[in-house]
Order: sequence, then structure tokens, then C-alpha cells
Amino acid sequence: MSRLIIEASTPLCLLQDAGRFGVRHLGVTQGGALDWVSMSWANWLLDNALDAPVVEITLGGFTVQAEDYCLMALAGADLGAYVDERAISPGRSFILQKGQRLRFTQPFNGARAYLAAPGGFDAQAVLGSCATVVREALGGVDGFGKALAEGGRLAYSGTGGAMKVLANPDVQSAASLDVIIGAQIGQFSGQSLFDAFNTEWALDSRADRMGMRLLGTPLQYQGPSLISEGIPLGAIQVPPDGQPIVLLNDRQTIGGYPRLGALTPLSLARLAQCLPGEKVRLAPVVQEAAHRQHIKFLQQFADR
Amino acid sequence: MNPRIEVVAIDCLMVRLFDVIAEANMPWMLAATERLRYGFGPALVDLVPSYTTLMVHYDLTALTPAQARALIDQALTDLQPQAQGSGQCHVLPVWYDLSVGPELNLLSQRSGLAVEEVIRRHSAHEYQVFALGFAPGFAFMGLVDELLATPRLNTPRKRVAAGSVGIAERQTAAYPVVSPGGWNLIGRTPAKLFDRERDGYSLMQPGDTVRFASVSHAEFIHLGGDDTPLEAQA
Repeated sequence: MSRLIIEASTPLCLLQDAGRFGVRHLGVTQGGALDWVSMSWANWLLDNALDAPVVEITLGGFTVQAEDYCLMALAGADLGAYVDERAISPGRSFILQKGQRLRFTQPFNGARAYLAAPGGFDAQAVLGSCATVVREALGGVDGFGKALAEGGRLAYSGTGGAMKVLANPDVQSAASLDVIIGAQIGQFSGQSLFDAFNTEWALDSRADRMGMRLLGTPLQYQGPSLISEGIPLGAIQVPPDGQPIVLLNDRQTIGGYPRLGALTPLSLARLAQCLPGEKVRLAPVVQEAAHRQHIKFLQQFADR
Repeated sequence: MNPRIEVVAIDCLMVRLFDVIAEANMPWMLAATERLRYGFGPALVDLVPSYTTLMVHYDLTALTPAQARALIDQALTDLQPQAQGSGQCHVLPVWYDLSVGPELNLLSQRSGLAVEEVIRRHSAHEYQVFALGFAPGFAFMGLVDELLATPRLNTPRKRVAAGSVGIAERQTAAYPVVSPGGWNLIGRTPAKLFDRERDGYSLMQPGDTVRFASVSHAEFIHLGGDDTPLEAQA
């Protein structure tokens, strides 16, 4: 077993995997890595299962010291990572010798970096997952939903293989996000449908793992008030103020605001790398086309 | 009943069974749930019931949207309502008291009923669990006696004690853990509503029925209840 001592952390540094499933009917949220694509690449670099437990580091402020020789992989945002004094770019596996420090300083490109270890970081799965949900006191290293904290330890038990590097490690631009049209989209005003897909939306600073708010021309829902119903990942709900909220992994499981549809998983991964103030556009897609694109995308992990 | 299937995400379809909330929906909802679970088998990721809808989240690497739709159509063909009593029936002990249920007075004033009568009416009905949400194990139950129906507090409390029993409009619920909340509180249950060690985790499941039983302070404590007044916890 190899171990890392956490020397610095923030409430936004969390152990994550793909999330909790089969329990949504009990009111338990999904959780899991916001940028599932980068999580998958980080694991791919070490020949792990693509959803093995990783550390999601948002914005930086995270430092670990190796207690033993450690093999690691990094993908996702460029958060100014250094191994001691040597800069290390995302999209590669690398070695930490005993006593060396890995630190994440500040965001240069993207918002979330994913750190993987051979076989995944050790943690007891709770309700089938290690995903940390602070609000529900589920997951994480201790199982009770705590963010990674200074003084804590991360361990892994796998061995890992050859060193790998990703050809195109950069996080993708989020300028255009695909929305699978559906839910109550037919009950928004015609002008609002035009505005939704033809104007720019700015990401609000009110953003967390539950949802990200988009600022722009208010959208007008004209249908009747709704009875609460299940909310899928990526749903774009529009509360009465007309400013859409993209619901993310830690969203509540049911809700009663009208929705335009939901972002595709690939667009959600891109959105997860956006910082407040960035501008995005929404593009309508139909479910079948998005499904085909998604299956094709997943093939990459098998092909490479 | 004329079910509609709506696209809601890349791998989720909403099955809309009804347009209004009614206790009579439940035998149909339970029957549809069972058929869908059986029909999708291992391709089902999650099935999220709520009042009038069932959201089907399926494995998009196993099914195309068209295949998922066909499975739903097939599951709902010749649907028959499930016999009553297929869900579990729970009895939740509740200590109804102003120190842990400060809105007992408000409900009494609004309804013109004595506090004892408010308690009697709340504990007289067998409620349906329509949905779980808001927090793990938080069950939305109804329908509450019309005279007791009360809108949520204008300003939600920052901290509602675990076990608190409340009313919002014609719904009632108990808070599984300490959380913020805007429901009108009328008492507290010692029951453990969500337990990660329990098989099935949540005491109440959608489709179960629940009765509240008024217990004395001594019984509440005996059952492991925490009688710390709400204000003292704030």
C-alpha cells in the first residue's frame, strides 16, 4: 500500500467516482465527478476501471506529500500543478518519490483536475459508491461525506503499469453546450425559445456541485405549475425569475420547476471546467443524435 | 389513466401516469414500478417515482432511446392496479408537543380546532408515501386533513431537528437528519428514518403507508428520542 499525506486542502477537494445509483428513489443524490470525461482519462492512464475513485480538485489549494514511492495520473484542468519545483501538465501518469510533494496552485485552464492512483484510491463504498456528498454525509475516505482535509491520508493498493501520456489532454472549450430538448420545452414562449438558443449566457458565481446558474435574457414559462417529478442529471430548470439553472451531480432528486431539457453528458463535462463569468451558448439536439454521439465518444476509451 | 412518455435527458424518459395528486394513484404507480423494474432488468439504472410520474433512468450503453421507449410501452400494456396493501405499513411514534412542534398552536388557530383535535386528526389517517426526496429518507406523505393544510413558513428555519414531524399544505413528513426546513412542525419521532446499515436504507419506501401514533414524553424518551427543544438546538 502506498500513501499520501494531505498537507493542504479546501472544501472543494473531494474523493469522487461515477456516483451513487439504484438509490435515487430513496431521495439519495447521485454525486460523482462533475467532469466524468477527465476522471475517465485519469483512470485510463493507469489502466484502472474508468470510474475508480479519484480526487476531484476544484481551483487548486491542494498539496500532498508521498510517504512512499507513488504512481499517479492527472487529467482535466491545468491547475498549475508541481512535483516539488517541476511543473507537471495534465494528461499523463507520473511518479512521486518518497518525500516529494505534489501541489496544485491556481487555475490556468479549466476548473477541475482529477488525480488518480493505481486501482483507485482506497475508500469504503457507501450505498455502492465512494462519491463524497457533504450534504448527505455519504462517501469520501471516511464514508461520512467529509471533504479531504489537511492531515488526512490517501492510500491505494494497486500496482499500475507503463507510463502513459494523452495525445490531446486539453479540456475542451465550453463555448457551445448541447441541450437535449424535452421535458416542458413546448410550454415556453416562442421568444424565450429563440433567446434560449440564440443568445449568450454568462455563468453566475452562484455555482456549486448542485447546480450552475446562467445569466441572460429571462425565459418565460407559460404552462401550469408542476407537480414535483424526478430530475435527471444536466436538467436545465427555469425558476420564476427566468434565469436557468443547470442541475448537476449533487442536485435534489425531485423538483417542480419547468425544464428545457437536459445537457448531454459531454457538455456537462465541458461545463464542469468553466469558471464564473465565462460565456456559453446552448444548442438544441435530439435524444437519438446525442445518444449516437455519446456511444461513439465512449469507444475512444476502448480504442486507445 | 393514459400514460405519456416524455424525453427528459440522454438516458432518462419520464412516464407521466396522472395529472393530479391522489391516493388512488398509488396502486397504479406500484404496478407500473414493478412492471418497469422487471421489463428493464439490469438495464435499469434508477426508477424515480413522484406523485404522478415515474422517471426511468436506463443504461445508455445497453439500450437506444427507441428500445427504452418500447420497453416502457410493453411494461404498461394491460396494466392492472396492484392490490392494496402491497407496500409496507409503518407506525411512527410521535411526541406531539409545543417544545418540539411549535406550529401546533398555529395549526390550532388556523383550523379553529383544539390542539388535541389537531393531533387526533393528524394521527387518525393512514398516509401514502408518494415520493422520497429533499434528503435521503425524507418521505412526502399525504393527504393531510384539509383543515390542517397549512402553507410552508415564510422564512424557513436554518435548523430543523432530526425526527421533526411537519405539515406543508396537504403533505406531511419527518426530517431524517438535521437540516434547514420550512414545514410547520408539530412533533418529533424517535424513529431512525435513514440508516446506511439497514437493508434498503430508508425506513419508508415509495408506495408504503404510514400511521402516526401519539406517544407520551416518557415513551418518546424510552424509544430513544431526543427531547431537546427546537430553540435550544438553533
